[in-house]
Amino acid sequence: MQPFDLVLIWAFIIGFGIIMYVLMDGFDLGLGILFPFAPDDQARDVMMNSVAPVWDGNETWLVLGGAGLLAAFPLVYTIVLPALYIGVFLMLAGLIFRGVAFEFRFKANTSRYLWDWAFAGGSTVAAFAQGVVVGAYIQGFETANGVYVGGALDWLTPFTVLTGFGLMAGYALLGATWLILKSEGYIQAWAYRITLPLLFTVLAVFGAVSVWTPFIDEMVRDRWFSSLGVIWILPLLGLGCAFQIFRSVRHRFEGMPFVATMGLFIFTYLGLLVSRWPYVVPPDYTLWDAASAYDSQLFLLLGLLFVIPIVLIYTAWTYWVFRGKVRAGEGYH
Amino acid sequence: MDLDPLILSRIQFAFVVSFHAIFPVFTIGLASFIAFLEAVSFKTGNPVWLRLSGFWTRVFAVVFGMGVVSGIVMSFQFGTNWSNFARASANFLGPMLSYEVITAFFLEAAFLGVLLFGRDKVPKGVHLLAAVMVATGTFISSFWILAANSWLHTPAGVELREGIFHVVSWSDAIFNPSFPYRFAHMGLASFLTGAFVVSGVSAWYLLRGREVEANKKALSLCLWLILILAPTQAVLGDFHGLNTLEHQPVKVAAMEGNWETGTNVPLLLFALPDNAAETNHYEVPIPSLASLILTHDWNGEVPGLDLVPRDERPPVVIVFWAFRAMVGLGLLMIAVALTGLVLRVKGRFWRTPWFLQSLRVMSFTPFVAVLAGWIVTETGRAPWLVYGMMTQAQGLTPSLTGGMALFTLIGYIVVYALVFTAGLYYLLRVLYVGLEDEQDDHEADRPMRPLSAAHVPFEYSESNREADALSGPANQGGH
Ligand code: HDD
Ligand code: HEM
Ligand code: HEM
Repeated sequence: MQPFDLVLIWAFIIGFGIIMYVLMDGFDLGLGILFPFAPDDQARDVMMNSVAPVWDGNETWLVLGGAGLLAAFPLVYTIVLPALYIGVFLMLAGLIFRGVAFEFRFKANTSRYLWDWAFAGGSTVAAFAQGVVVGAYIQGFETANGVYVGGALDWLTPFTVLTGFGLMAGYALLGATWLILKSEGYIQAWAYRITLPLLFTVLAVFGAVSVWTPFIDEMVRDRWFSSLGVIWILPLLGLGCAFQIFRSVRHRFEGMPFVATMGLFIFTYLGLLVSRWPYVVPPDYTLWDAASAYDSQLFLLLGLLFVIPIVLIYTAWTYWVFRGKVRAGEGYH
Repeated sequence: MDLDPLILSRIQFAFVVSFHAIFPVFTIGLASFIAFLEAVSFKTGNPVWLRLSGFWTRVFAVVFGMGVVSGIVMSFQFGTNWSNFARASANFLGPMLSYEVITAFFLEAAFLGVLLFGRDKVPKGVHLLAAVMVATGTFISSFWILAANSWLHTPAGVELREGIFHVVSWSDAIFNPSFPYRFAHMGLASFLTGAFVVSGVSAWYLLRGREVEANKKALSLCLWLILILAPTQAVLGDFHGLNTLEHQPVKVAAMEGNWETGTNVPLLLFALPDNAAETNHYEVPIPSLASLILTHDWNGEVPGLDLVPRDERPPVVIVFWAFRAMVGLGLLMIAVALTGLVLRVKGRFWRTPWFLQSLRVMSFTPFVAVLAGWIVTETGRAPWLVYGMMTQAQGLTPSLTGGMALFTLIGYIVVYALVFTAGLYYLLRVLYVGLEDEQDDHEADRPMRPLSAAHVPFEYSESNREADALSGPANQGGH
């Protein structure tokens, strides 16, 4: 009856969806985090206009992450969301404010600065909350019989605060390197200037998280230090990307910093996945425990395999339509 | 006093979903209207259509933005507050919501960018295609979400094994018995909403003598649409009710305020249902009419609330009055449509002040009718979450405390109040500026838009006026 193990395919798809979200919404949340520090209002216009046509699509990957988890690994959806109840609310509130800021800021004149703050504040809170989710995931959840039984604020620990700041710094780095790609003149010069300090912050926090993680959980320690030597390739590749960012900023390459930052994210993410594999709701439930019915996974998979390539094509097409530098005063809409 | 997480979660869900629903019902209708305007302008090249579409696109952008952010909240509600329900129904709801994302939301989001920002970056035909794609996306979206919602009312195609729903027939589950009615009723409701808002705004401009030619065209179009849609909606609603009578008789009993199953049941124009005493006060009945409407027979038997024990009944007052609000407004819409027809025959529909004034007021009514309709449907399902199979109490998140639920409820109310007020404010500004070239009176306070204005030559010759109009007002005054 079950000729294939769909669970592995679905693990790959959900994993792909999540990293797509992190990379794509990452750079526009990152621009929001950098917003208050921009040299002037004109720079802020450029920053915002560089993502205005695509942010909605970027955020849709988050919705896919939510709906896809419900469809393929419902246990993750129904344990992680109750466990992070308050954190999820903060993230959503942040996303609401920054989402409407795109529309409202265009239409405001005297109240413009309010939406600048909504955009910056909303992006910062959302990024921090997402970093906390990562930390909470590494920590694990207290469950019994497939439901969360811990308290309302169990997720809030020094470790998760650290991962929260870590992801904020990471998103800011993505934002800065995106801006290098999309801007020119003094705005680009500013973006170049902040990239290296951001990179060092990111490396410091990621490093601290990596050192700390093995002490949180025995299984993770075992995985990294005794059983699986090959996985050390991931942090090494990550460091390679970091060096590439450093080098390409030095040489004033425009595209490479962004590409290398994406690489840094991907390898860190893979490192995180192998630490916990095959547990999706650590410490108790594996991918197979959390999976939905075979029929449901199959029903969705058939459509997905057909539709996702099309989605990727027209998403790429919109990026292509809006390719090139964004210039100050180039009012869209 | 202990805070009850169940009540608080119900209030929260009702609040966030009602807030969300306001925007899609408007954008579904409006997206099709914009696609239509783009198509006509593409075909005829008459700049009036393009001006209209540019203007309504600006309105659309604001409303759509609010629809998106409130929708993102919705996709996490099931997990945060109703995790047991989510766990149980994931096998069905998960694929429905995921299909909605991959077939509709991505489509809308990608082409929305091109629709709003791409007018001078893509050829005209591609811009039209973007408008059509966005409109198509809104329909695909309602298809999936209403399949999911209808299934909660008339679950089919599933088996409950060890507390988890397993789908045994996808087509039965998706095309469950109430789905066709709900999909059609909601689709018409969206078009009515779009038509009434556009006609209300056009009427307002006509009253002030602004852009008479364009607004007259828009108003005429909308009045024809309403004339067809409003009566159709009433007929369809009647069928919807008959379907509910078959599958959820208790809900119909609550809508009718009927406590005892029996024949010759009157239609109540007014009453105050009393749950405790199991009766109504101050009834204003029309004898036997409910029997006639529901069974098409004066002596037909109509179900009463006595079919089920007290704790399986929905809150009757809410269902009863919400139903009357919706149907009352539906009848009012028909009356307005007929008045429009009479005035049109006399050639006066666009210059009769009292009629234009009433159209302005009417633009709010579809929103009220839609929310009232949803309240009938959803409250009428109580105490069931999945009708006859799972109650609301069973669906609640076990670890949720009253305090947590209260915190987020207040949080959402505050956030939405701020966002909604601001949204309404900017929307009214867009409407106020209207179709006219903004740069004349508004450029001074808009430092950000000089470029496009600079492209507009100050002395118009006939030919560059055309060209200017074709590049669209949306690019000129900014947004
Ligand atoms: C796919 C599912 C779905 C969809 C499309 C909707 N709802 Fe719903 N609704 C639910 C799924 C649901 C639910 C999960 O089943 C709730 C949550 C708590 C409950 O009892 O049922 C519910 C409850 C609920 C309640 C509270 C009823 C009560 O607790 O007495 C209201 C007023 C609404 N909804 C209103 C709406 C509106 C205005 C919608 C318009 C878009 C809507 N619902 C769409
Ligand atoms: C509980 C129910 C619902 C959930 C979980 C939900 C979820 C969502 C989400 C996540 C979005 C944002 C997608 C994006 O990022 O672009 C959205 C938007 C949308 N939803 Fe809903 N929704 C619900 C109810 C409804 C209903 C009843 C309808 C209408 C029939 C509807 C129609 C739409 C449409 C057309 C959009 C596009 C945005 C817009 O037009 O404003 N939704 N919804
Ligand atoms: C004029 C006569 C109308 C009748 C007889 C009617 C009938 C009904 C009935 C019986 C239901 C409940 C379905 C259920 O049991 O679940 C319903 C729901 C609803 N109605 Fe109406 N309706 C009318 C007009 C309108 C109008 C004018 C609108 C909005 C513009 C509207 C919007 C809705 C909505 C949004 C729902 C909830 C979704 C659904 O269940 O389809 N209705 N209607």
